[in-house]
Amino acid sequence: MVIQKPAVAGTVESSDALVSVEPGDGKIELTLTSSVMNQYGRQIRDTVLETLERLDVKSVKINIVDKGALDCTLKARVECAVFRSSDASEKDIPWGGVIR
Amino acid sequence: MKNYVGRDIPDYLLINGKEVYQGKNYMDGKYIQKASPRTRRYEKPQESKIVETLADALRLCGAKSGMTFSFHHHLRDGDFVVNMVMKAAIEELGLDNLTIAATSLGAAHDPVAEYITEGKVVGIQTSGIRGKIGEVVSAGKLKTPAIVRSHGGRPRAIEGGEVHIDIAFVAAPTSDCVGNCRGIGGKSNCGSLGYAMTDAKYADHVVVVTDCLVDFPNMPASVEAIDVDAVVVVDSIGNPKKIASAAARISQNPRDLMMAENVAKVIAATPYFKEGFSFQTGVGGPSLAANLFLEKYMDERGIKMGWAIGGICGPMVEMLKKGKVGKVIDVQDFDLDAVNSINQTPNHFEMSASQYANPANKGAFVNKLDFVVLAALEIDTGFNVNVLTGSDGVLRGAPGGHPDTAAGSKCCIIVTPLIRGRMATVCEHVVTVTTPGDCVDVLVTDYGIAVNPLRPDLIECLDNAGIPHVSIESLKEKAYSLVGRPDDLQWEDKVVAILEARDGTILDVVRKIKPFTLE
Repeated sequence: MVIQKPAVAGTVESSDALVSVEPGDGKIELTLTSSVMNQYGRQIRDTVLETLERLDVKSVKINIVDKGALDCTLKARVECAVFRSSDASEKDIPWGGVIR
Repeated sequence: MKNYVGRDIPDYLLINGKEVYQGKNYMDGKYIQKASPRTRRYEKPQESKIVETLADALRLCGAKSGMTFSFHHHLRDGDFVVNMVMKAAIEELGLDNLTIAATSLGAAHDPVAEYITEGKVVGIQTSGIRGKIGEVVSAGKLKTPAIVRSHGGRPRAIEGGEVHIDIAFVAAPTSDCVGNCRGIGGKSNCGSLGYAMTDAKYADHVVVVTDCLVDFPNMPASVEAIDVDAVVVVDSIGNPKKIASAAARISQNPRDLMMAENVAKVIAATPYFKEGFSFQTGVGGPSLAANLFLEKYMDERGIKMGWAIGGICGPMVEMLKKGKVGKVIDVQDFDLDAVNSINQTPNHFEMSASQYANPANKGAFVNKLDFVVLAALEIDTGFNVNVLTGSDGVLRGAPGGHPDTAAGSKCCIIVTPLIRGRMATVCEHVVTVTTPGDCVDVLVTDYGIAVNPLRPDLIECLDNAGIPHVSIESLKEKAYSLVGRPDDLQWEDKVVAILEARDGTILDVVRKIKPFTLE
């Protein structure tokens, strides 16, 4: 998918994450802050990168403010931000496809 | 050298007879040589001990660089006194190389962090460390490792001369002109002054700081004039709103209530639950709610609680007034209901921290305790509990009376949700051991109950009562299946804090955390 415009998903409530995406420069640029950075920073990064790969996003600036979200929450927030950025959040969501 | 709970304690700390933790009751039967303070004689009758300013009081007590000042934390997050005294000592008298020996330090004392960074404060000894002080100590800014002791370990160390207090500062809600202090009757009331009592008896000098001067004699006094050198009257010793909260309310959170009900079920299944039993609970959500369910079982069996101790709050005072508990003995008050009840409600008494929890005296209250219900930041599969360091390795907690009540009680129950956000509360290895696993008996979580294998008798009690329980390993696996397995924290070699077991042996150390990078 192509990131067409800036979009956000999520909140900074405890156990959630705020995900912001904007069009990139041909690569994936991830910035991450987390309340559980020391113990889960790497796992959060891996989850985000895997989700972007599954959505076939190759160029994006993505910023995550994590407040201890579980993996399922992180995936859902990343997916939502990406679909919103290409105006695909209200229709054409590939349920059962890349969204599993 | 590895200690009893598997923690590696650097050999260079094992000097002057210091040993590593060897298991509970290791010091039983040994002797302790008590220290005695060098105090000034006031033979000539004095009409008053009031001096104009804190600086005057410091000069009167011969304050010098390198001294140790002590404080109590009864004013909790509302305390103004630590900052006022340190400011006078450092900025007016120009002292440095100072050590603070407090019963707890928190966000109210953030200005002290600056004195640590500047090297004016070089030592911290405390039973709790939070806020900016915790951050700068964790960052390795304090010249010597902080020493963290339990509420019982602290009076042991003072009485045994491991901590020598040059000047004790007693924040007093009321005092008379010669230093008889009480925690009630003023405008910044805190109730019990139990944590100040040992300090006043063992310090070379004692300065009372009050914002409410009352007529002589202020009786019954918690700290007595016979131990006091000077009295300073200030505008305000603290913010009353932060000293005692409005009445502690019982949680309505269904998860807390479910855990609380299971705590009460476990208690009711043991042989210690009989007429006259004794009890202590924390003020956290599920711990406090346990009171409610316990009362139901007490009514069913037609039994009453003999006595309760601890940090006291409204619901326990309520039970006292209803006649469901015989006596309440109180080292600290958490809410206004408790503050207004101590020494007023019949059978609500004050006690010192030593009387409460000191393992080296001839029998503290905790030694007669049947049940204690406590919270935890983390508990590992060895039943070791951490209530001091966060998941990022930073000091932000307080052992308080946790290790003392766990060790003294016949049945210590830890109640905690299995996960908090993405943090696994039940884990493989706690960041820091603050209460050793050989003192913890039962774990109650929202995903199940586990009993320490060291207590086959309690396992049998639960089986007989039909209370399901699982292994603590299975709870840990359940937690990790929800949140993922955490990466190990990365530490540098430098020790920033030493955690003493209540008996004075070394239970664990906290090292400086490495700055985290994703790569």
